[in-house]
Amino acid sequence: MTQDFLLSFAQAITKGLLTGMVYGLMALGLSVIFGVMRVVNFAHGELMVVGMYLAWAAFEYFQISPLLSLPVIAVLFFGLGYALQRGLIQPFIGRPEHQQFLLLLGVALVLVNACLAIVGPDSRGVQLEAQFESYELGPLVFDAVRLHAAIAAIVIAAVLWLFFTRTRTGKAIRAAADNHMGALVVGLDVRRLYAVTFGVGAACVGAAGALMITIIPVTPFLAAEYTLLAFVIVIVGGLGSMTGALMGGLLIGVSEAVAGLLADPSLKSMFSFGLLIAVLLLRPQGLFGPKSSS
Amino acid sequence: MSGARLEVEGLGKTFRGLRAVHDVTFAVPAGAIHALIGPNGAGKTTIFNMIAGVHAPSAGAVRLDGRQISGLRPDRVCDAGVGRTFQIVRPFKGLSVLENVTVGALHRQPRLAEARAAALDILSRLGLADRRDQVAESLTLPDRKKLEVARALATEPKLLLLDEVMAGLRPTEVDVMVGFLRDLNESTGLTILLIEHVMRAVMALAAEVVVVSYGEKIAQGTPAEITRNRAVLDVYLGEEEVA
Amino acid sequence: MSGIPPRLLGVLGLLLAFLLVAPAVLGKYGLSVLILVLYFAYVGQAWNIMMGFAGQLSLGHALYAGLGGYVAAGLFFHYGLGPWAGVFAAVVAASLAGAIVGYLGFRFSLAGVYFALLTIAFSEFTRLAFDHWSWAGGSGGLFLKVDGSTSLLNLRGGPVLFYYVILALAVGALILSRVLLESRLGRYWLAIREDAEAAQAVGVPVLRCKMIAVVISAALTSLAGVWNAFYYNNLFPETAFSMGRSIEITLAPIIGGLGTLFGPFIGAIVLTGLGEVFTDVGEYLGIPGIKQIFYGLALLAIVMYRPAGVWPWLAGRIGLK
Repeated sequence: MTQDFLLSFAQAITKGLLTGMVYGLMALGLSVIFGVMRVVNFAHGELMVVGMYLAWAAFEYFQISPLLSLPVIAVLFFGLGYALQRGLIQPFIGRPEHQQFLLLLGVALVLVNACLAIVGPDSRGVQLEAQFESYELGPLVFDAVRLHAAIAAIVIAAVLWLFFTRTRTGKAIRAAADNHMGALVVGLDVRRLYAVTFGVGAACVGAAGALMITIIPVTPFLAAEYTLLAFVIVIVGGLGSMTGALMGGLLIGVSEAVAGLLADPSLKSMFSFGLLIAVLLLRPQGLFGPKSSS
Repeated sequence: MSGARLEVEGLGKTFRGLRAVHDVTFAVPAGAIHALIGPNGAGKTTIFNMIAGVHAPSAGAVRLDGRQISGLRPDRVCDAGVGRTFQIVRPFKGLSVLENVTVGALHRQPRLAEARAAALDILSRLGLADRRDQVAESLTLPDRKKLEVARALATEPKLLLLDEVMAGLRPTEVDVMVGFLRDLNESTGLTILLIEHVMRAVMALAAEVVVVSYGEKIAQGTPAEITRNRAVLDVYLGEEEVA
Repeated sequence: MSGIPPRLLGVLGLLLAFLLVAPAVLGKYGLSVLILVLYFAYVGQAWNIMMGFAGQLSLGHALYAGLGGYVAAGLFFHYGLGPWAGVFAAVVAASLAGAIVGYLGFRFSLAGVYFALLTIAFSEFTRLAFDHWSWAGGSGGLFLKVDGSTSLLNLRGGPVLFYYVILALAVGALILSRVLLESRLGRYWLAIREDAEAAQAVGVPVLRCKMIAVVISAALTSLAGVWNAFYYNNLFPETAFSMGRSIEITLAPIIGGLGTLFGPFIGAIVLTGLGEVFTDVGEYLGIPGIKQIFYGLALLAIVMYRPAGVWPWLAGRIGLK
């Protein structure tokens, strides 16, 4: 009995960790965008849903597996993010929060309802052989799709880390994030860097969408939920921190899975929001963010 | 309006183990003008912030007319009779010049119409009356500095803390500000403590100068004495241009 | 009312006269649209006190509307207590919630986005709690009996009754906003909105002023919730406390002109008008979501070309400033 419980508990944690990596990748996009240009992307969940739909469409109409369409989607999303930043968001950097909020709310409405108009309200999913496969490690069973998604998310996060630490552009973006004026003074093209950043952030969430569709089907109504989820994760992990977003994703993934095991599954979000309130009040820099700077 | 005596005793402040201010003691008699000078980063603004209630001191006390004010919230310190300006001016950007000063005046004058009248009076004394309807954001730096002083004065303080109000002003403007402050001090007996890098203003206004360096007081005396003080010359005048 | 240009007073007088006779002039559809306008003007005015005046961004105002609605509707449903009595309990509950959210947020110095997220978190948390609270009907909702009677005492009746109630609320909130703005408290709010630290340096008790703003705003918002519950006769946690409801509340004042007296009203006209037009267009085209796409594009256009809102620009254009 106890052993059964322990096993299912361990199983839930495993599942939560794997899903949490995808959450983390989604939140990473939000965190990068905020960390660099102090813009809160209220259309984040909508981008996620668009990514899920694209991966679904690639599978449905061209029989391309989401893991293979992912790079294409990431590139498309980079372009979309770049264009959005250049065309819409740039003039709003440094403006009052309520204006940024309204702007991105408009973007969110257009994106999610475009999905609704094109695909309709029914949920859409992909049928993969991997969904019926699993790997076993001792008594633990790993769903193949979740494992693949988690590995892909880790690889993407690693690529991102290399981008920010090893490339000129990545380093320049970090410099611009630390010191806007300083970046201007040394002649960095801050506008371009911001556009690249938004592109990178969008690519993250687009890729996360391509991975998520292998785990659960998509409907337009998921968008608002994902926006909130991404907020919860980045705040809990530490807004603007890369590791924070990933760790926050894992934490929320695990807590959702465990809450689903121990209690009514609908209570899982209550736990997340409770955690969000606690972190906001007691450690607003996030559990994994830098030491308090206030 | 009359001035109050300021006493700063054994004042210290540590930020995360970093000693910003250590054991600073000085007093400004009621109705006097003193200056607080020192190199950048010496802890002058930290001392101001402790007097004004922004930081609670780690050690020591601040008293106004014998009553302890250190550890109070900034609005309580204002109630007690301390007005302050900010080194980097902080006008209420979206409000008009008149409204900015009115907020200060409301502190003693709860009715809006009367507070406006009081504010307008202060603005005319500072030569800002014709800019009263302008949005504060659109003012030039010298005018913003004046606005900062006007807003603090509107709270009818007994002690006025001025943090580099001369910085960025042209020499003629410095003279105007100096003249205004001297008149104010003579006509109302308001006690003034100023942080200032513009020596021309310090010399003209301050009866005494307190010099701080690395968070500690290293000298106190009349401006003439200070300019001859060996320690001061070493740490301060040696590295900064004396205007 | 001193300080208001006579021309504006004239326009307001005419507008009020029209609104008073509107039920006799307008058809059923016209009245329902006008009810929506007044509802959004009212909740917008309530939200504007907190954000427009005191500068505290709340994206969780559905919490106060939802609590108000649930308390009054629950008391009516379970004990037959009419809304005129229930409204006091509703106001108390919402004010208390506002005080808790505000105190925690301000005490722990959360500002801007962080404060906004705290308000969202509380609203979402409450939504999930109500989902599981059987007294309030749980996720299945709470339904008020509709017996076709008209009773002002129990707020039972047709649209005309509800029209006049929301009209009274909207006019009352406008007057209250004006009185508050022209008081010491109102000026202190503006100062806090612009720069809280500088405000405190000139003697503004910042925490107390912000608390008063949240509590007034929450209390006013709860009245809209009560009205809403009795107008629609049903309540579901999923809608009453939804993020969408919270966002809806913020739109009219932002679009009309944040911090202005008439912004919420003008914004409500613009939004409701656009909503009606786009609904028609959507039905004509028969594509789901098309209404919201137009709506989103309209929001984009407004925030890009009139970031300070429609009213300040309009007022300048027609000489009512």
